[in-house]
Amino acid sequence: MSLENRVAEIIIDKLGVKPEQVTAEAQFDTDLGADSIDQYELIMGFEDAFGLRIDEDEATKLTTVGKVVDYLKEKGLD
Amino acid sequence: MRKRIVITGVGTISPIGLTVSESWKNALAGQSGVRRMTLVNPEEFSSQIAGEVKNFDPLDYFDHKLAKRTDRYTQFAMIASREAFADSGLEGNISPERLGVIVGSGIGGINTLEREHKVALERGVKRINPFFCPMMISNIAAGRVGIDIGAKGLNFATVTACASSGHAIAIGTDMISLGRAEAILAGGSEAPLTLTGVGGFCALKALSTRNDDPETASRPFDRDRDGFVIAEGGAVVVLEELEHAINRGAHIYAEIVGSGMTCDAFHITAPSEGAEGSARAMKLAMEDAGIEPEQVDYINAHGTSTVLNDKNETIAIKTALGEKNARRITVSSTKSVTGHMLGAAGAIEVIFTSFALRDGIVPPTATLMNPDEGCDLDYVPHSSRKAELTFALSNSLGFGGHNVTIALKKYTGK
Repeated sequence: MSLENRVAEIIIDKLGVKPEQVTAEAQFDTDLGADSIDQYELIMGFEDAFGLRIDEDEATKLTTVGKVVDYLKEKGLD
Repeated sequence: MRKRIVITGVGTISPIGLTVSESWKNALAGQSGVRRMTLVNPEEFSSQIAGEVKNFDPLDYFDHKLAKRTDRYTQFAMIASREAFADSGLEGNISPERLGVIVGSGIGGINTLEREHKVALERGVKRINPFFCPMMISNIAAGRVGIDIGAKGLNFATVTACASSGHAIAIGTDMISLGRAEAILAGGSEAPLTLTGVGGFCALKALSTRNDDPETASRPFDRDRDGFVIAEGGAVVVLEELEHAINRGAHIYAEIVGSGMTCDAFHITAPSEGAEGSARAMKLAMEDAGIEPEQVDYINAHGTSTVLNDKNETIAIKTALGEKNARRITVSSTKSVTGHMLGAAGAIEVIFTSFALRDGIVPPTATLMNPDEGCDLDYVPHSSRKAELTFALSNSLGFGGHNVTIALKKYTGK
């Protein structure tokens, strides 16, 4: 499964959104309805799935689906 | 003059039904909901039976996200509240600011607590789910019901073990009497079937070990009773000021005419000698209702099936009503079929009591075979019984020595 699909799967599971909503530009708060606790849980979901730790400063910058994918690629995941 | 309060909506999800009508039908038929435990592996427990809510899938009621972010106990409270609120017909007929919620629980989100505690031990505290606290706390069911129904009035939880939802109804009635709300969703919920939930009650030796015969294990007032059967579920009533209910043409199930609340101030789990605290609660409820013991027709007993409760509650009924009246009336324990729903018990029993008054039929103590020595009242064994009822009491007693009695009256349109 591609990195994009794995990320999307976690988002769909945690936020209960439809697959077509999960576009690269989608903002977690305004487009996907995630409040701050939802976003903490998402970050933990990515950490668990990809076996890495995302520190808080970095986490606050991950506001869209695309930014998460780019971040994970930067960390050497694919 | 004090405002009069009536029940205009009822809802429950219980071991004997996913709805009120199914649960009442099974209570009347004496159909037990107790089976071998499936929600948690029972092998190591002394008590391996439970009143589980059957055929329950949260996704039948909630979307995926909400189902994942609510403890089972909260889900039961929300489901019972939705049924009660829909039944009341209040939607669109009350200002949200005047609609309150008092939903209690004996324990709260113990499923969530156990799961995240395991995460903390195995993977470290940094891996605790951010939703842990707002899923586990014992007031979150009331909060969630407020969000779900859009009830913006007073909102809190009562936590008095097995008396929790009895207190919710007593306090809810008082709140409306005082004008603090026009209507209140009052009740409780419980989902205690976990490793420590069941294990804890087993350690106390409080639970029946009649594992080979689950359906008759909850045997209130029987000489062979050997403890209560742990159960789960939710139950909620809509309490409403009488004039408000009449003005909108609401269906009225029964009137709440009084309550009595006391404490044994004696022991954390055992009733005081002769359950004098429970007797006082019944007396206070009758006084509050302005009725004499001669006028009481039926008592829905706490009747847990423990050796100590049933013997002492029988004495308490005699103390409160006098020997002659105690022998005249019918007394039954619907825990014979539901098991003990802990924080939801008081409310489902108030629902059953209101139906008994309305329909003129007493639900049985279905599993009673051989009344114990000292248990010598008319417990309506085996089968339901038709009876003209006007006033009834419903008892709830909780660990900590909490006693609540609710006094109800048949509603006749006057």
